[in-house]
Amino acid sequence: MDLSYFFELFVGGLTRGSIYALIALGYTMVYGIIKLINFAHGEIYMIGAFTALIIASVLSFTGMNPVLIFLIASVLAIFFSAAYGVTMEKIAYTPLRGSQRLSALISAIGMSMFLQNYVLLAQTSDFLPFPELVPDFKFLKPVEHLISSTSFLILITTAIVMVLLTYLIKFTRTGKAMRATSQDAKMAQLLGINISRIITITFIIGSSTAALGGVLISTHIGQLNFYIGFIAGIKAFVAAVLGGIGSIPGAVLGSFVLGWTESFGTGYISSDYEDVFAFLFLIIILIFRPSGILGRPENKKV
Amino acid sequence: MLKIENIQTFYGNIQALQDVSIEINAGEIITLIGANGAGKSTTLMSISGLEPARHGKITFNGKDITHMDPDKIVQLGIIQVPEGRRIFPYLSVSENLDMGAFLRNDKEEIKRDIEYVYSLFPLLKERRNQQGGTLSGGEQQMLAISRAIMAKPKLLLLDEPSLGLAPIIVQQIMAIIKKINKEQKTTIFLVEQNANLALKLADRGYVMETGRITLSDSAKNLRENDDVRKAYLGI
Repeated sequence: MDLSYFFELFVGGLTRGSIYALIALGYTMVYGIIKLINFAHGEIYMIGAFTALIIASVLSFTGMNPVLIFLIASVLAIFFSAAYGVTMEKIAYTPLRGSQRLSALISAIGMSMFLQNYVLLAQTSDFLPFPELVPDFKFLKPVEHLISSTSFLILITTAIVMVLLTYLIKFTRTGKAMRATSQDAKMAQLLGINISRIITITFIIGSSTAALGGVLISTHIGQLNFYIGFIAGIKAFVAAVLGGIGSIPGAVLGSFVLGWTESFGTGYISSDYEDVFAFLFLIIILIFRPSGILGRPENKKV
Repeated sequence: MLKIENIQTFYGNIQALQDVSIEINAGEIITLIGANGAGKSTTLMSISGLEPARHGKITFNGKDITHMDPDKIVQLGIIQVPEGRRIFPYLSVSENLDMGAFLRNDKEEIKRDIEYVYSLFPLLKERRNQQGGTLSGGEQQMLAISRAIMAKPKLLLLDEPSLGLAPIIVQQIMAIIKKINKEQKTTIFLVEQNANLALKLADRGYVMETGRITLSDSAKNLRENDDVRKAYLGI
């Protein structure tokens, strides 16, 4: 067996998994709090990428340092996407709170189509090139055939986001309130937790990490169009279900498992069946563990 | 302190409360007894703002809270321990207590109050790192009351704290409720199906039947009332 090829696939899977994880976090957190599969979440990722592209294109005329441009574009992309996420929640989901789950789901699908077509009309249906802003890291020179600079950036950024998020959820007052709300929203209200605020915060966090994922993948691949959010969104959703929807560690684990499945599957078997591996794996896991790898079985209330 | 005036609460088109009026004075222990489905829990939910009354008025220290948001009502000092305890199952015991103090910022006093509830229920201190869902029913009830104490209630609403617990645990919980009322000067509104127990503890009581208040008197008089004895005390 070719070890360097194996390692290349391993890193490829890890990179993919990181991007899935950044998106899947939003799915799983929103589901945890309001029990809604936010199908428009992938579009937030796409809007993040587009915002970064627009800002980077404008700033590149100023002759600014590419790294600085990248940072500014990323921060603004996060900011814009968070605003989109919160607005989406207020427009499409808040009015439906308390109605059937199905209504909110349909609303989410509608929101997804709306945002896709909005970007399609406002921008273009063509693939647009994303400028090269990330420099080649010198210290990666000896292993550059295994791991690219952008892959490295994705892995590091994802790791940092995970650490920060773990701290937030585990130790801060807001994080504890988020967990409490997802476990028993009514009780949370009886203790003075403002549910609407918690939901808003959840959408801000989920949209921000998705936007970050969008910016990172665009620099990695070097191009984007209005449709990238759809397929990435579905995959991240699969990852979240695989790991156990509602569970944050589950979403991360599911993402890496999915990333590696796709990477090794395409590398060793056939690249024609990339998507087949993902869904086949999902089906197998769900047969044996219906609530996902780390998911908790639904509480049955008497 | 709390004044409920002719409230009517509905679930959709079904009327659960019909002209309910209750008055609670500061420092009292008031009980509301009645059969299953009489509307006792609905009354508490209307006070807490989760099932707001459609008609009528609820005031707390003169302030109209009928349509206030639940978190604002908690901020005023009205804390409910709902039926079934509702411990957060995947939060640890100490995190459950932290959630009780969610709206507070006085770190030093929070620490002191945590020590206070641990002194009331030493068992909780032993299990402070255990997940709430792993506690027994009695321990969960202790935690639920402790969590409410952490919110510094002026008025504590208790919904069936004796439900499903062994008699010895019930005695212990009732003693603690009395203690909180005495030591912390917390006003208590106790909803119970176990009328015998509730009327022994309370100063005054209300009897509820199918969404209406049918009787109200001192606990002593209610204990001696023939109708109450027949219907609720099983004598």
